[in-house]
Amino acid sequence: MIGVPLAQGGLKIQEPGGSDACAAANDFCPSWIAENIDRYWTPLLEHVYLTVVPVTIGFAISLALAIIAHRRRWLTGPIITVTGIFFAIPSVAAFFLLQPLTGLGYNTAMVALVSYTLLIIFRSITLGLRNVPVDTRDAALGQGLTSRQVLWSVELPMAFPEIIAGLRIATSTTVGLAALAVFAGAGGLGTEILLDKRFKSNVATAGGLAILLAAALDLLLLAVQRLGTPWQRARA
Amino acid sequence: MEASTDRSTAEPLEFCDVTKRYPGSSTAAVDELSLEVPAGDICVLVGPSGCGKTTAMRMVNRMVDITSGDIKLGGRSVKDRKTAELRREIGYVIQHVGLFPHRTIAENIGTVPGLLGWDKRRINERVEELLELIGLPPDTGKRYPTQLSGGQRQRVGVARALAADPPVMLMDEPFGAIDPINRERLQNEFLRLQAQVRKTIVFVTHDIDEAIKMGDRIAILQEGGKLAQYAPPAELLTYPASRFVEDFVGSDRALKRLALQRVRDIDLWKAAAIRTGAPVAEARASIEEADVPYAMLVDERGRPQGWLSDRALAGERVTEELRSPAHPIVELDDVLRDALADLLSSETRYGAVVDHDGALAGVLSLEVIQQFLHAAPTDSPTGADLLRE
Repeated sequence: MIGVPLAQGGLKIQEPGGSDACAAANDFCPSWIAENIDRYWTPLLEHVYLTVVPVTIGFAISLALAIIAHRRRWLTGPIITVTGIFFAIPSVAAFFLLQPLTGLGYNTAMVALVSYTLLIIFRSITLGLRNVPVDTRDAALGQGLTSRQVLWSVELPMAFPEIIAGLRIATSTTVGLAALAVFAGAGGLGTEILLDKRFKSNVATAGGLAILLAAALDLLLLAVQRLGTPWQRARA
Repeated sequence: MEASTDRSTAEPLEFCDVTKRYPGSSTAAVDELSLEVPAGDICVLVGPSGCGKTTAMRMVNRMVDITSGDIKLGGRSVKDRKTAELRREIGYVIQHVGLFPHRTIAENIGTVPGLLGWDKRRINERVEELLELIGLPPDTGKRYPTQLSGGQRQRVGVARALAADPPVMLMDEPFGAIDPINRERLQNEFLRLQAQVRKTIVFVTHDIDEAIKMGDRIAILQEGGKLAQYAPPAELLTYPASRFVEDFVGSDRALKRLALQRVRDIDLWKAAAIRTGAPVAEARASIEEADVPYAMLVDERGRPQGWLSDRALAGERVTEELRSPAHPIVELDDVLRDALADLLSSETRYGAVVDHDGALAGVLSLEVIQQFLHAAPTDSPTGADLLRE
């Protein structure tokens, strides 16, 4: 999964001496795309990987931070400040800035992408936990649930819609940012785009796949939310 | 875990010099509160806002820590218990119910049994039993709290509190968010339910009428968490211990006492019951013996027809000449306050009281009611007694 070395821009990815006039003119050619679609599967898989793994790790870290901040409210501000700084660093800059520490490649991309998700996911979990009505928490404690049981069986399930909403934003954002992971040498669909930026068929295919990926992951999360919250759709 | 068939019974509850002081506050929220709630009784904590009634209640299941003093449940200090375990043994109902919106009604009701490790089948059986007890159809169990009305949610809240059959229940303004009509229905339903389950209940309200209706005993608290009086409702209304209690129960406390009593509970006047054609001499003799200077004409089954006029008693035999109709007619089972209202809205001074068969049982007058109010309450009727009979 380690990405290809940085391409220098105008490389031609077409077979030399290709007979296709459309492709030769760097135009948008459905026939070329149909013939060459296979070359995009590996970058697409890398892209999925560059999205799902950072969002998952980011979610785990954010959840831990949110639970800590739920117990110690004063930590919420500092956590938002720090994750906010991560979020504010331009991604391309982050990919380059991290290279002295993590080298060129996958790790650099991961560190940067994970740090982008933290603010979004942390805030959504915190918001979800805070939206749990005081009475519900009171009733839960009053019935003899321990605070850990209240968290895992009442507060987090009730925060589920907000948490998924945060994950959806984080995922869409990460699909976009992962397209720049090529600058960290981490592969993904960005690599293909950079290989031949002038060839419309190439850019459209790689870009289109990124958009489809973002849409597919978003729909997947939406489905998870609907399946996970039957109570929200229940009507009298 | 093995299902046990024996049910826990109600336990007495005792507050011993219980004080709650919040840090940074110069006055106590609850100040040396001492009172005993006998097993199976409803103790209502009532008072103006800021009197510490909710705080006092919440110290029982240690949702609020006790600063000093002790609360004993069945003779055992609540401070010696692990909080989560203690709370599972105490039913807890709050104003906004606090059902878990992400869980079905059945799951909500089964919360504490689940925590106690009951097996699934036993929980399901218990849930069905409770749904029936609170009068909701069995398929309600599959629904979510948002699909229920406020009144239904409140019933589910009560069922949830009863699920593990706790010896004690705490209820914090449980009907406070319900509209007046449904509130009365829920109160009555709850009293009937309590007559079956006989739990020891601490019930918090700010509404003195609700307190009088629900309480076997009422603790009136005043600002600073001081106990102003602890007594059965009739005693509280007859002998308010202080100016504060007198003001709090309201200037209509006499009327409130009447609301706790039925017509059968008081000494009615006797009236002569005369049938048409009876010898006038006999009729006059029975008028002499009666408390009312008039005679009531009754039919062959003793049902009042009207007050006889002087002319009806002028001849040898009683004729059917009436001075006024038999109105109002009140029943022995009527609540005294309603009977008084009937009496006040009619033109006659006397109300004919009839039994179940409609036969004349006595006469109610303003004087009778006044005598009753001036006499000390011999028994201590409660709102629950009215429903039980």
